[in-house]
Amino acid sequence: MTMAPGNTTMSKDDIILKVEHLSMKFGGLMAINDFSFEAKRGEITALIGPNGAGKTTVFNCITGFYKPTMGMITLRQKSGKEFLLERLPDFEITKKAKVARTFQNIRLFSGMTVLENLLVAQHNKLMKASGYTVMGLLGIGGYKAESRRSIELAEHWLEMADLIDRADDPAGDLSYGAQRRLEIARAMCTEPEFLCLDEPAAGLNPAESATLNKLLRSIRADAGTSIMLIEHDMSVVMEISDHVVVLEYGRKISDGTPEHVKNDPKVIAAYLGVDDDEVEDVIATVESLDGGANG
Amino acid sequence: MAAVQNSSTHPEDNLVQKGIKEGIFAGVIAFGLFLLYIGVVTEQNIHNELVYRFRWFALAVFVIIAAVGRFLVVTVGQPWLAARKADAKNKVADSGESALKKALPKLALVFLLAYPMLAVGLAGPQGSLKYVDNFGIQILIYVMLGWGLNIVVGLAGLLDLGYVAFYAVGAYSYALLSTYFGLSFWVLLPLSGILAAFWGMILGFPVLRLRGDYLAIVTLAFGEIIRLVLINWSDVTKGTFGISSIPKATLFGIKFDASKDGFAALMGLAPSSAYYKIFLFYLILALCLLTAYVTIRLRRMPIGRAWEALREDEIACRALGINTVTTKLTAFAIGAMFGGFAGSFFAARQGFVSPDSFIFMESAIILAIVVLGGMGSLGGIAVAALVMIGGTELLREMEFLKVIFGPDFTPELYRMLLFGAAMVLVMLFKPRGFVGSREPTAFLRERKAVSGSFTKEGHG
Repeated sequence: MTMAPGNTTMSKDDIILKVEHLSMKFGGLMAINDFSFEAKRGEITALIGPNGAGKTTVFNCITGFYKPTMGMITLRQKSGKEFLLERLPDFEITKKAKVARTFQNIRLFSGMTVLENLLVAQHNKLMKASGYTVMGLLGIGGYKAESRRSIELAEHWLEMADLIDRADDPAGDLSYGAQRRLEIARAMCTEPEFLCLDEPAAGLNPAESATLNKLLRSIRADAGTSIMLIEHDMSVVMEISDHVVVLEYGRKISDGTPEHVKNDPKVIAAYLGVDDDEVEDVIATVESLDGGANG
Repeated sequence: MAAVQNSSTHPEDNLVQKGIKEGIFAGVIAFGLFLLYIGVVTEQNIHNELVYRFRWFALAVFVIIAAVGRFLVVTVGQPWLAARKADAKNKVADSGESALKKALPKLALVFLLAYPMLAVGLAGPQGSLKYVDNFGIQILIYVMLGWGLNIVVGLAGLLDLGYVAFYAVGAYSYALLSTYFGLSFWVLLPLSGILAAFWGMILGFPVLRLRGDYLAIVTLAFGEIIRLVLINWSDVTKGTFGISSIPKATLFGIKFDASKDGFAALMGLAPSSAYYKIFLFYLILALCLLTAYVTIRLRRMPIGRAWEALREDEIACRALGINTVTTKLTAFAIGAMFGGFAGSFFAARQGFVSPDSFIFMESAIILAIVVLGGMGSLGGIAVAALVMIGGTELLREMEFLKVIFGPDFTPELYRMLLFGAAMVLVMLFKPRGFVGSREPTAFLRERKAVSGSFTKEGHG
């Protein structure tokens, strides 16, 4: 929390994700332009920016749904293993590099129960335990034991997400806030080292936002998973993130602690949309409002 | 609505009175409606003159059906519907019904095991042929095909309009390999399954990137290609003539024929073709049970859950580290494998295969059975096959219709008309098929069925 603003040099182990010179072109449109940043292990990194800034595109590049036009995305696991994410197919990024994600528009398996959703997330582990189906079909091997363990893991995350009472209900039957939490719990069931959340607080009421903050903090503390999130809800961003990266028109305009970013004139200009020479006035206005509104 | 409330508050005799009144009214209307359409028939006589005659009997049948039907609707149907509605509103958890539901598959199995014996007992060995072969075996083949296609369409949500291709691959694998190389049924049964699975993968590869309508069109074309190859590669397949005198299946090497060491002679029974049919009945029953067992087991395995997840949301699957390519290919392959088993059984049963048996209509019927039964539900599909295939077979038996419609009336020609009407009706009242809900594959505290409104049909 009390880190100096900007990029200070640190030991290699601290960095879990390193994005270098990332560019993504759609036809003639430069959605992301030479974007670089680092996410530290065990921290919550927030990626913010106005609508259309390219935040979700960055996520899609990290999780393999898009292949970047240029740039390098390096993920360094706890064990020291490194993966170049731009070279892996999307499902292997989750399977091998241990990066999980959620979606801006919730993507649950709505016709399956909450528990089943969490079991699908443990597919690769269970697949191996069932001898790629063959042994499991014949009832030999350790599938039964592994399947019991997978239910225990699912139960753990259901407790964490406060969904344990809804375990046997269809996922489509949950309220919006509960579906958001379930999607995070499902991503956690893949046992990721790095979790990407695309607008986890979108559409949540203040009480649900507070529960979400609690969940994210416990994920960072208990599971040791580093989190990166896109968020518009500043109460979530400023409260829980350790590090904020600001994107505008595909370029990074600010990078540092929430305090630093909040006071960065460029960020204020990007959000309020003013000319460069008016920035000074804006800062003065924001500072005078700050005491009352943000407290 | 007012009538319904009336009937539920007033005593029984009032209901009958009302029924009679409405029945007579319906009869009068039917008489007026059908007098010219049914009651009068115009014909040309030998002098080329147009003459008319009355068909009082046919008219009377229609009027009576209308009157009695209305009477039954008012006295039985409406109170029953009202009671059901009230039941649904109160959400009475009927434990007796669910116990019956649980026991139903077991009861059905016991009935199926005893079915050939019953048929022989009631109709004699020769008379039982019709019931065992036309009804029993025919329906069970479609049950198996439906269950096989269910893996692809119902579980994985990949719309396959060319499923009959795998049925054809299985049938021709057995027909060709047994006539050319003399291999036995028991070697070729698994082999046809493997070959069909192989062709399932071959179909799977090009369509991996396709979804929905596009996937359906390509699978349809694939089915046609297989059929056209069978027709035109006449050096091997003998084209439209088909392959005849395919060896029959044997039971541990015992043949089912009239020879000295045939089954009938060994068992000391009078020679009859009924024994072979009964043997085939148990064989297809065993194959069906195998299909059901494997499907039920697979659903609880990671691969089965991945299929269903694929149907629900493919992008989410990829985000969870599921390899959607292998998942789709295994669905195609395993679905095709059961089609191949059914195909080789079909060839062994008929003793003759020709491309005519593998037209698009067959694919459509199998798909209709899966959709009517409720995608993903084994029980529903079995019921749909029973209704659809059993129903069309039953049409052949309806000789009495000739009394009404005249001696030229052949009911089985109306098969497709009734098939279509039945589909429209079922889809109107049960848009998710006979069994619309989904059984979860795992549960923490209690197993609750997932309502059909949450499950997706898949996008291909």
